[in-house]
Amino acid sequence: MVTERDVEYIGMLADIAIDRGELAEFTASFNRILEYFDILDKVTVEEDGGDSAIVNVFREDDVVPSLSPEEALSNAGETEDGFFRAPRVM
Amino acid sequence: MGAETLDFRPDDKYHAFLKIVPEAQYGPGRLSGVPVAVKDNISTAGIETTCASRILSGYVPPYDATVVSLLKAEGAAIVGKTNMDEFGMGSTTENSAFGPTLNPRDPGRVPGGSSGGSAAAVAAGLVPLALGTDTGGSIRCPAAFCGIVGLKPTYGRVSRYGLIAYGNSLEQVGPMAATVSGVNLLMSVICRHDPRDSTSLDAPYSHTPTMDIRGTRVGVPEEFFGEGVEPRVASVVWDAISLLERKGAEVVTCRMPSMEYALAAYYVTCMSEASSNLARFDGVRYGPPPDHRKPWHEAFQERRREGFGVEVRRRILIGTFALSSGYYGKYYAKAQAARRNVRRDFLRLFSEVDVIAGPTMPTVAFRFGEKSDPLSMYLSDILTVPANLAGIPAISVPCGKVEGLPVGLQIMGRWLEDERVVDVAYAYEQGAGQ
Repeated sequence: MVTERDVEYIGMLADIAIDRGELAEFTASFNRILEYFDILDKVTVEEDGGDSAIVNVFREDDVVPSLSPEEALSNAGETEDGFFRAPRVM
Repeated sequence: MGAETLDFRPDDKYHAFLKIVPEAQYGPGRLSGVPVAVKDNISTAGIETTCASRILSGYVPPYDATVVSLLKAEGAAIVGKTNMDEFGMGSTTENSAFGPTLNPRDPGRVPGGSSGGSAAAVAAGLVPLALGTDTGGSIRCPAAFCGIVGLKPTYGRVSRYGLIAYGNSLEQVGPMAATVSGVNLLMSVICRHDPRDSTSLDAPYSHTPTMDIRGTRVGVPEEFFGEGVEPRVASVVWDAISLLERKGAEVVTCRMPSMEYALAAYYVTCMSEASSNLARFDGVRYGPPPDHRKPWHEAFQERRREGFGVEVRRRILIGTFALSSGYYGKYYAKAQAARRNVRRDFLRLFSEVDVIAGPTMPTVAFRFGEKSDPLSMYLSDILTVPANLAGIPAISVPCGKVEGLPVGLQIMGRWLEDERVVDVAYAYEQGAGQ
């Protein structure tokens, strides 16, 4: 069972702001969905656990054609001196 | 031969498109001049691509997704971007930030989701072919609700390069068309190995569908006709399976115990992946910018509240929670164990049968607003998510109607046996038409 305070805290971790007016509904639906997920408690984890079919896929570390700086910046809301402009950290 | 122009100005009364290209360029090839609609989460160079989200309003990709490059190389005319549930999150296309798509078979009902725009564009006859994406049934569900054909290919068989990721271990780009032949043609164009996608398989698709399914063993798991499947839908699908039997297939009933928790495993997995994938949407590299006068986190939180719809934020929140250190073992790790059990169930079944058949959706298309509770919407995906968890191919083909609304027959096949599910769907389609 998560509380409204928990949901607010998770929202902060995920950088998702939640309005006060939305909090009750978010918390209620969150709890209904988590209650449904409790069915996973029935799952038995077998010893062989991993997936032997999974393999790493590597490529050579070669330089290949890429977007130009102008193309890379073409969708940015704000740029400065050829860089993306972001809000201040401090 | 230079590029030619296709005039495309449809009467889009069902709001299938978010963006129309009225003068679409095309060249020579197998699809020369054929109008193809592309779901709006697939990158198209020079054409706005929003994932039906405000956070990507105005985003114009500087490059094409591999599937779009392949379409263009065969001469297709990319005529527009189709409506969808925001970032692919939903089963109705009501979660689009730009308004819902209507079902051409009954405009009072949803087209299904999340590729509802692509399905409606085909069902309304605006385009013969469309691309959708399927994370937990998002091609097959709208195909079933709109009465068209949709194929979720084997995971890895179609490149995901340029697809804006939501649940990347589950989702596949796939073809949608009015007929199995149309799906087969589009599949042969988009199915290529792509070195830019490290999950891409080298298994090209070149196939001519056959009606001869004599000796094919068709498994029908009891769980696919269990609680929640509308009896009249079940009856129509059983009639379709009987037709396959009359065509020479052998029908075998079977069990799939992992269905009990497959849906929960699917939602925990896709929400967790979404919480990670959607972290990139912060307004810095694309989308409307954040308020630079505010500190980093405050600015991003506000931007993401304004830019993401309720369902997207809900899934990011739950995904963040499921991956948090205190709950990882209870949710994410258990979901992955459940996923392995689903794969094992399919492996066991496919040692006994060649394909598995059942309904695509448990009901016909919903009325608008009918699935306002998120959990009730999630539950409607119960029959489609197992194929995504296992990465196997699955197709939905129209198999009749209930109260005038289309019902889909779902055929699932062994890993990399997309051709076989196409054949069984083709045999049904041609047999039903005789």
